Amino acid sequence: MMNHQVTKAPSSGKLSLLLGVLLSWWLILGASAAPPREVIANALVAEDVAEQAKLVGSLAGQADPLIPQLLAKWKESEIYIYEPTEPAGPKVAVLFVGEKDADDKFAAVRVDTGEPLKDKDGKPMRLTTDEATSADTDANLRLAMKVVLDLIAVADPDPAKRLKVVQQMGLDQDLEKLPALEVRVAGEPDAKVQRALKEAIALLQLKSEDPAKQIAAAKTLATLGSIPAQDALKTVAREGSPPVAAAANAALAEIAKHLQLVNTYGTVFRGLSLGSVLLVIAIGLAITFGLMGVINMAHGELIAVGAYTTYMVQNVFGPGLALSPFGMKLHLPGFGATGAAYDAYFIAALPLSFLMAALVGLVLERGIIQFLYRRPLESLLATWGVSLVMQQLLRLTFGANNVQVDSPAWLSGNWTFFDVIFGWNRVFVIGFAIAIIVGTHLLLTKTHLGLLIRAVMQNRQMAACMGVPTERVNMLTFAFGSGLAGLAGAFLSQLGNVGPGMGQDHIVGAFMTVVVGGVGSIFGTVISALGIGVVDQSFQQILGNPVLGKILVLGGIILFLQWKPAGLFVTKSRSLEG
Amino acid sequence: MMTPFPPPTPKEILARLEIFLICAGSLLLVVFLPLLNISGTIDNYTLNLWGKYLCYGILAISVDLLWGYTGLLSLGQALFFSLGGYMMGMYLMRMIGSLGQYKKPMPDFLVFLGWTELPTFWKPFDSFLFAAIMIVLLPSIIALVFGYLAFRSRIKGVYFSILTQALTYAAALMFFRNDMLMGGNNGFTDFKFILGQNLREPATQRGLYIATAVLTVGAFLICRWLTKTKFGLVQRAIRDSETRVLFSGYAAANYKLFVFVLCAVLAALGGALYVPQVGIINPSEMWPDKSLEAVVWCAVGGRGTLVGPIIGAVSVNALKSWATTEYPDLWLILLGGLFILVVLFLPKGIVGIPGMIAGAFKRAPKEEAPAEPAAAEPIVKTEAEA
Repeated sequence: MMNHQVTKAPSSGKLSLLLGVLLSWWLILGASAAPPREVIANALVAEDVAEQAKLVGSLAGQADPLIPQLLAKWKESEIYIYEPTEPAGPKVAVLFVGEKDADDKFAAVRVDTGEPLKDKDGKPMRLTTDEATSADTDANLRLAMKVVLDLIAVADPDPAKRLKVVQQMGLDQDLEKLPALEVRVAGEPDAKVQRALKEAIALLQLKSEDPAKQIAAAKTLATLGSIPAQDALKTVAREGSPPVAAAANAALAEIAKHLQLVNTYGTVFRGLSLGSVLLVIAIGLAITFGLMGVINMAHGELIAVGAYTTYMVQNVFGPGLALSPFGMKLHLPGFGATGAAYDAYFIAALPLSFLMAALVGLVLERGIIQFLYRRPLESLLATWGVSLVMQQLLRLTFGANNVQVDSPAWLSGNWTFFDVIFGWNRVFVIGFAIAIIVGTHLLLTKTHLGLLIRAVMQNRQMAACMGVPTERVNMLTFAFGSGLAGLAGAFLSQLGNVGPGMGQDHIVGAFMTVVVGGVGSIFGTVISALGIGVVDQSFQQILGNPVLGKILVLGGIILFLQWKPAGLFVTKSRSLEG
Repeated sequence: MMTPFPPPTPKEILARLEIFLICAGSLLLVVFLPLLNISGTIDNYTLNLWGKYLCYGILAISVDLLWGYTGLLSLGQALFFSLGGYMMGMYLMRMIGSLGQYKKPMPDFLVFLGWTELPTFWKPFDSFLFAAIMIVLLPSIIALVFGYLAFRSRIKGVYFSILTQALTYAAALMFFRNDMLMGGNNGFTDFKFILGQNLREPATQRGLYIATAVLTVGAFLICRWLTKTKFGLVQRAIRDSETRVLFSGYAAANYKLFVFVLCAVLAALGGALYVPQVGIINPSEMWPDKSLEAVVWCAVGGRGTLVGPIIGAVSVNALKSWATTEYPDLWLILLGGLFILVVLFLPKGIVGIPGMIAGAFKRAPKEEAPAEPAAAEPIVKTEAEA
């Protein structure tokens, strides 16, 4: 297909040139050629214009930074051809460097070697501009140069940079760049760049004069499902001749279809990842609220504790941290690690934020909540008081502003597949949510502690009669739920802001998730979190407005509870009030 | 059977004392405080502050009637309070006329958003009467619809709390948006006139204070009457065991719906009087923690009594006014700590303190239900705190 297009190039000069470039490209791929500066010097002194263009064209595909420099000088007639007279010798291409001296002479440097031009005695020569003729260029030669230069641009060793250049070329729709792209597309090893090249070529051809080519290009763009090409296609659809416009419209429809598909998948992915975030936040609550019946309004602050623990661990790995709670000066020394060792902080932060939040939860349970198991509504009020106190303590310790938590390098990249962007942190949070759910499930069903927890939650008095240490079980369960909140905090630090009020942003959503799922059902929480996440993102996608989407979700939840007042999965109970 | 003038029993003495104290408290709030202000003993700022506290007091009564008497912990009362405030605010915005920054005959923020003509739904708010009707109507409609849906499907307890919180949260998000045309983030402010009177005049503010005091006393008396009727009995029965009430053939949902709507209206009236006295209304007024704060006042004062919420609202807010200037950093810790302590050690709030002390003397501290008639003493206490 490539060659087909090449042979259809309009002017015969261009055709032969391109063939030359193409041929030399293949040659270069096979064997190493002469150093670029020698090739350029040979081209400069060559007699025949076609020979010059051929030699320059042979540079195509090489990435030596000298090439653009020398070619630019040539184009601007700053390279001179010197013909030695005594003894008469072959022409030499030279560059004039340095300042003019008293005799209007310059120091001359040979283009082929980069060394000073020497006379027969081996002394450096100085020349006036009259003693040499400046090398000029014709249109064909300049075209060849352009191809070489563009190819250098698209031949960056880093595929990501290459991709950017190619995409930009496509969007610029500069027809002159077409030959370079057409050459490159044949030898491009990277599949992503290959695709971008095809897209860019088609985009450029949309601009061409030939309707047949335009139609072919529109078809190519349609098969590629090129999203960035929409604007260019719209222009063609508006201004092109009827058959071309029809082809452009067909391509637009095709792309719109593709776009819809991409958006759907993207929405599902974002929904799942949002759902996973919700799930990670709500799973702790599903334990303390769902299983234990404690309405812990300080759950959000336990999340903040986890996030701040991550922040502290990060700083201990890095440069250290100075804190001034209540006017005291506190300095945490840092390891000063960098690179991969610094990035490993997150691994250390995960268990630590779990432990920290669990510890705070333990104190909370022993200090306040244990007195309120019989008064759930009042546990709501007391824990709200706790949440105020904790927020203020965080503010006094770490300052009222958000703190900066860096993402490890391995969490900050993303991966584009089928035009859908997958952020690593989002992919990771999905995986993490799965791990937490599996872990929690195993703990509750396969361990001795899990057995005791379930027994106490089902019937506290009966469990106590059977000799279960209910106090201890309560304590541990609450600490476990709090620890999960801390883990959620460690994750949120990678996705959003870490500040003293961060818990408040999540608490309403977390309670909603648990209530919709059905209080007491971990599985229900999973389903409801994922459901709410996907619905939320879909609304955002359809309405194009995040706040409106959120409001609709809240309204939807209220209506949903009309239909299923006890949530998705009802925990059956014989209690009248249950 | 009875002699013409029987000697009063201790219960009757207590009841008379209670009536006397209610009258004294009402007179003090409605008549003496404004008089003291006219004579210059109480400055305008303090009177205005009291007006604000009493508005909060009305909000707290509405929370208490739901929570303390019916067992419905609504975390959405701040929504109704702000809705009332917004309706009043719309009227006040219209009264600014062309005196705004842009000198246009419509609210500044609308001019800023590029409106050249007043949106239709703003037009009737030129009339105070319409605004007054909307203050009552809009919150009651919302309460009616939400309450109907919630009570019909028997949502109760914690679920009800969380749902009302979600409703409030959604509404706050909505009001934060500019295209709601309700002032967005900044809400309404810069009010100038109410009913033709300049809002900056001390006399106008005094009038507003008196209206607030009258409304507070009125709300108190109406709720007091209501809770002493058979209706009030059913209400408390629902709180203590809804299932038994249902089995006895009462339509508990209807009772709850009525209380919910009544409380929404009460809160809205409080909000409507709050806005001209404070001079601003914005969506942060309906953020979920505002509702929780109202619940705190109620719990601190003593839930299940009617005077408790007023005492709680006034004392907590007075404490807040003081602490936010004296200890701005520690204020939240103070409030949170107070709350924890009240829940743990004072389940009956300030109003319950005398009963607890008496109980300690009698060495019989067992008492389950919140004691209603203990309302008498703390009125004196409020004034002492003030």
